[in-house]
Amino acid sequence: MRLRLAEGTAPVLVVLVALLVGLAIAGPAYDSVEGYLALLKRAAPLMILAIGQYFVIVSGGFDLSVGALVTAGVVIAARMIDGQESATAWVILLVLAFGLLVGLVNGLIATKLLVPSFIVTLGMLLVLDGAVFLWTGGAPRGALSEGFRQFGRGSVDVPVLGEVPYSVLILLVILVAAALFMRSGTGRALVATGDNDQAVSLSGGRVDRLRLLAFVLSGVLAAVAAILLGGFAGVSAQVGEGLEFRAITAVVLGGVLLGGGRGSVVAATAGALSLEALFTLLNLLGVAGALESAVQGVIIIAAVAYAALGPRTRFRTSRQPAPTQ
Amino acid sequence: MQEKPLPVRATPPEPRTRRFALTPTVIVYLALVVLLIVGSVLVGLRGGVLLDQAGLLNIFTRATALGLVAIGQTIVILTGSLDLSVAYLVGLTSLVAAETMAGQDGMIVPGVLLALAVAAVVGLVNGLVITVLKANAFIATLGVALILRGYLEHNYTGPAGDVPRTFQHLGYDRIGPIPVAALLMLAIAAACWWFLTRSRPGYHVYAVGGDIEVARLSGVRTRRTILTAHVLCSVAAGFAGIYLASRLGSGAPYVGTDAVFDLESIAAVVLGGTLLAGGRGGVVGTIGGVFILATLDTTFDALAVDPFFKDVVRGVVLITAVALYARRMVGRSP
Repeated sequence: MRLRLAEGTAPVLVVLVALLVGLAIAGPAYDSVEGYLALLKRAAPLMILAIGQYFVIVSGGFDLSVGALVTAGVVIAARMIDGQESATAWVILLVLAFGLLVGLVNGLIATKLLVPSFIVTLGMLLVLDGAVFLWTGGAPRGALSEGFRQFGRGSVDVPVLGEVPYSVLILLVILVAAALFMRSGTGRALVATGDNDQAVSLSGGRVDRLRLLAFVLSGVLAAVAAILLGGFAGVSAQVGEGLEFRAITAVVLGGVLLGGGRGSVVAATAGALSLEALFTLLNLLGVAGALESAVQGVIIIAAVAYAALGPRTRFRTSRQPAPTQ
Repeated sequence: MQEKPLPVRATPPEPRTRRFALTPTVIVYLALVVLLIVGSVLVGLRGGVLLDQAGLLNIFTRATALGLVAIGQTIVILTGSLDLSVAYLVGLTSLVAAETMAGQDGMIVPGVLLALAVAAVVGLVNGLVITVLKANAFIATLGVALILRGYLEHNYTGPAGDVPRTFQHLGYDRIGPIPVAALLMLAIAAACWWFLTRSRPGYHVYAVGGDIEVARLSGVRTRRTILTAHVLCSVAAGFAGIYLASRLGSGAPYVGTDAVFDLESIAAVVLGGTLLAGGRGGVVGTIGGVFILATLDTTFDALAVDPFFKDVVRGVVLITAVALYARRMVGRSP
């Protein structure tokens, strides 16, 4: 395997390194490995969501339902486990299966009923949010078991690095698997689908099946993120709020083209880490919480504008978002 | 590059009815009628009346603010863009209007004008980021939304400003069961309909949404069209903010986001049969979509249904409607 950076990866890595250097200067906690591991641990759920979102975006769609899906996953887990340690294993399977099911429904409606994915997943967001509140009456009941929370908070002793959080290990496994997948034939076909689905279809690719796969992967990864967030942040009906936009932002920050066909999964993940590092840095610098979103807004626009106007961009007509089809 | 008076062959907004064509616009109004009948029957079974004075008032009031935002959203979506900043903009303009008025009758006109000017500037920024910085509309308007949010969160903790009593008439006066503001909203919708279907810039909107490259090569100033669309969209959201300020008696920073106007307005537009990718659809359908959402809400309130159930139904209605339209599109163009 040649080691080369995929197209569009370099800018986000530069941004990431700059942010990490900034962290090292600004915060005393970031002069050791633990500080960075803690950052990774905090960022892991968003990075996993970004990987899922990447699959959907690169194949030419959107998944707006992941935030609601994370909330649903956490609320379901808390209600089903209800503090019982013995229930942990099957509830984890249940949450993953639920994510898979939601992804499957998203994908089937988008591909078979030809509804733009923006609308499908927006509808799914409304349905999931409504259903969660309907089921819980606004205040989630039940509690997670200690075993369940281990994934989000626990850590394991690794030589050299010290205590490595489980969530970081899970993230690494998923990231490596995703990167390998994107190098496989199916992964390449997925990107090609986002670029020109007719060409893929004419050359024998199964466009519908590829898109369906992207939504299913996004759903399952959102469920994984829900398991990590449930342990890390605890149970609430707001745990997934706004995560869909944050994940999309992360992916775009990683240089992935909305509309599909361009971008690498590693860069998308780096985008998510950059976003989290940015939040941390803003906190350290004492930027008031309220202004944080304004800074975030400016930076997103700047990053995308840089990607669009940057020196080495190839000519490409900048289509407005054309979700699927 | 001089704009030539050549008519641009855009997709005609309303396909000429050869026979009785079942266009999305027709479907959405049929659905509205069916919904009104079903709603009336259901509410009737529980011993109430859906379409009495109070019910109609309720439907129209709900439709007014969302309608204003959705009219603007229609124009940007038709150009193939979209605007995620409207929800915060509604809050911002309500504050600008109420704070400028500060309870004085004499400041009503300056308050309204200033709010609309602020809205126009935000629209201009949206448009410039998209056309000059070449940022994707989704990200550009999301970024602007975040900036507005930061400003609102930094400067306001709750309602501010004071709307004089005279101006509150705008929010509460009505002719029979129909609020004056709803009629104004419909008048703005009619103006937009005229703009989109009868004026040259309106045709350019469809041309740019249909295929931006083809439009550009045919001499349409695509940048200017997108800029105009975004300014109009933001001004429409500004009207919504002013209306809400007059109803609430003050400006409220989160009045737009609490109502999820960003996603809700996109839902209304798409429900009305406008293609999310742009180039096809129109304001008439959007108004139908807005009234469907308002009627659903009012019916559920009358039935005392759990408010969260509304979201579930709304999601299902949205997906079903678009699936239906998609089916019809396939029949037309393989």
